Amino acid sequence: MFWLFAALAVGGALMCITRRSPVASALWLVQTLFSLAAIFVLLDAQFIAALQVMVYAGAIMVLFLFVIMLLNLGRGSATDMRGWTGRLVALALGLLLVTELWVLVRSPLASPLQLPAGTLSRVAQEQGVVAVISDSLFRTYLVPFEVTSVLLLAAIVGAVVLAKRRL
Amino acid sequence: MLLGPALAVSAILFSLGVAGVLLRRNAIIIFMCVELMLNAANLAFVALAQQLGPDGQVIVFFVMAVAAAEAAVGLAIVLAIYRHKQTLDIQNLNLLRG
Repeated sequence: MFWLFAALAVGGALMCITRRSPVASALWLVQTLFSLAAIFVLLDAQFIAALQVMVYAGAIMVLFLFVIMLLNLGRGSATDMRGWTGRLVALALGLLLVTELWVLVRSPLASPLQLPAGTLSRVAQEQGVVAVISDSLFRTYLVPFEVTSVLLLAAIVGAVVLAKRRL
Repeated sequence: MLLGPALAVSAILFSLGVAGVLLRRNAIIIFMCVELMLNAANLAFVALAQQLGPDGQVIVFFVMAVAAAEAAVGLAIVLAIYRHKQTLDIQNLNLLRG
């Protein structure tokens, strides 16, 4: 099950960076986001999965598609891929990053940090899926939560100022 | 446990995002690749939250809020660039080159 969605996510990402038309690219990215939501469910993060579908696949990608269609970029014009040197550099850097991250993944987690297997799903069953997150969100991380709301306000004002023709 | 495979998928997705940023010249597609990288980081957070307690999922919540703000401001900048230059090809955006 996990591998099916992992393959869908990686395939969607590959298609996203190789399709010529921005609309096709965005739609393949939506596939990746949905597969990631499924993977989140498999990793005991049901609330995050719901957020992923609503915020990313729902809101952010609709915003992207709006802008693509507003600017009339739908028909694939001449390719915007870089030339062969650029492609080789991108491939080499991507592979280098994969190997570096692979080494990091291989190194084991310090054992005192690890919870016993299944702890998170047990806690989620006792308190409810949302309560697990909201408890630490509104106690430990209350100040970052409020700062996030200020950030969103600043983003709203900034987006309006930037996109308006003249104030 | 899915920790190892999930981190591996996260690494692959992040590298694909980096490759996309380096490969493409369309500003909107570069933005989408940045979103892809943020999602790969989210996947790593969620996978590690299974081992280290639910705080990782709270961090994912914050990452999503920041990503939404970044997308709104970024797309506004893209609109402004398009109005200014009539193109989104970042090779034509060389005002700082002097």
